[in-house]
Amino acid sequence: MKKVKSYGKVVLVVMVIGLVLGAVIQVQAQNMIQVKGSDSEVNLVQRLSEVFMKKNPGVNIAVTGGGSGTGIAALINKQTDIANSSRDLSSKEEESAKQKGVQPFRVVFATDGISVIVHPENPVQKLTLEQLGKIFKGEITDWKEVGGKGGKISLYGRQSNSGTFVFFREFVVKADYSPHMKSMNGNAQIAEGIKKDREGIGYVAVGYVVDQKGEVMSGIKIINVSKEGQSEAFSPANMDNVMSGKYPISRPLNQYLNGKPTAKLLDFIKFQISEEGQKIVRQEGFFPVQKDWMEFNRKQGL
Amino acid sequence: MSFKKRKSRKLKEILIEKFFFLNGVLAILILLGIFSLLFVKGFPAIRELGLKSFFGSAVWNPNAYGTPKYGILSLIVSTLMVTVGALVIAVPLGVACAAFLSELAPPRLREILKPAVEILAGIPSVVVGFLGIVLVNPLISKLFGISHGLNALNGAILLAVMSLPTIISLSEDALSAVPHTYREASLALGANRWQTLVRVLIPSGLSGIIASVMLGMGRAIGETMTVLMATGNAPALTFNFLEAIQTMTATIAIELGEVPYNTTHYHALFVIGFVLFVMTFLVNLISDLILQKYQEVER
Repeated sequence: MKKVKSYGKVVLVVMVIGLVLGAVIQVQAQNMIQVKGSDSEVNLVQRLSEVFMKKNPGVNIAVTGGGSGTGIAALINKQTDIANSSRDLSSKEEESAKQKGVQPFRVVFATDGISVIVHPENPVQKLTLEQLGKIFKGEITDWKEVGGKGGKISLYGRQSNSGTFVFFREFVVKADYSPHMKSMNGNAQIAEGIKKDREGIGYVAVGYVVDQKGEVMSGIKIINVSKEGQSEAFSPANMDNVMSGKYPISRPLNQYLNGKPTAKLLDFIKFQISEEGQKIVRQEGFFPVQKDWMEFNRKQGL
Repeated sequence: MSFKKRKSRKLKEILIEKFFFLNGVLAILILLGIFSLLFVKGFPAIRELGLKSFFGSAVWNPNAYGTPKYGILSLIVSTLMVTVGALVIAVPLGVACAAFLSELAPPRLREILKPAVEILAGIPSVVVGFLGIVLVNPLISKLFGISHGLNALNGAILLAVMSLPTIISLSEDALSAVPHTYREASLALGANRWQTLVRVLIPSGLSGIIASVMLGMGRAIGETMTVLMATGNAPALTFNFLEAIQTMTATIAIELGEVPYNTTHYHALFVIGFVLFVMTFLVNLISDLILQKYQEVER
């Protein structure tokens, strides 16, 4: 009889432990936020989430890269809570999201000036949008044609899952990239490639080559870009140039969620666009959300 | 022994035999399974676009600004370039190293060298690729006076390094397995050690050496991460080893992660996989035929 009783106790204890563990796991799962996508945004969002997690113990945020296309695909397949995307959703993606019952909810949390970078020994200081387009299309193949020393232009770009790849193509190249363009895995690889390549040219998110004070990473030079031949050329390293729209290749950095966020997810989104969050954006070399886009966020009830 | 016992033993024998038979068949089944999976997944793209748009064009651009292009000729050429390049570098080096190990090296040195070579095989391909970026890249650029070294030559060098351990280790085994009497006979006939090696030992061990080269080649064709990192991935058709290229494996690795399921692009990637499979299959088949023919001659 006694033995049976003690067995009962053991069973009871085990059940209680199981219940508690289950509850803990469930709470943890609720407080676990998955973020996936853009390589341009990954470091910035990681930093933002670190600070947020410190202020909100118990919340876990996992940030991974892989490219905007990968992030959006994951959102549509419901494998992530937030998709980082440095470009807009394509109409095809919107359609397949609808089919899967996902309602994309857009948040703009920073501004980027896509920086065109070359080796410091390259004498070229500025290029027009048109020249840039021709260079990446493969119509201009020698530095001599744009005022350089001469030598075959060596193109560095991203792979097709990159939001920067798509944005730069739509906005600057307006045609297919040259098949001679090397497709690198991420912003950092492009920067590393350019450092070693005297005739190289590439495009990266500004946060990868400029720090908070507007100083450019050593071993790299940023090209000033002008809208047209006659107009003045501007550098993305200067915040005012990008915020005012004088620098022509700027873009909003987005996050997409499935429907309007609630609970911890909402807290995190709000934190990112708060004053404190925007300060971190600045520290990482990116720029705060432009006025129009902040208005867009407000209208969505953030 | 009773009748019953004998019967149960017989049954056991049969079961064991069937079990081993199944194991043998399993390998074939898996092979057929992979083959048919690749075919079934790739076929919709071929039906939609026709074989010509795959094999009659060298422009691979499925995410094009205008109409997507699915020509895989440049990818096939790129894969062949790095593979053949790797073999040109690795085979002479590998066989020479194997000959040194089996014929010339003092036993103690061999005890150290052979395991060292085999450890080389365990280096992850990501690490080799990284070496390609930070070490081989500037080296090539300096040596040839070009602006960067992310090209086919870089990939070929790295793949050579990766296939060397296989080639050295198996060739050394093949050379060591040549009966000692061959060596003695050759030397007794007045041949020197070089002549013995080139005219007697290497021909005798040729089947093993060819097998090692084919295995090394198999690794080179299928290797993904290293070439993805080191060759620059520019899909233009070129026969110049100093230009950036994009191999078949790198294309699949880059694009499969983001492609939506069951689209033309998705199926087209399986067509590449299918072609790659056929290529490796042919390599193995040819090596098998060579081996058989050679063995017949020896007999």
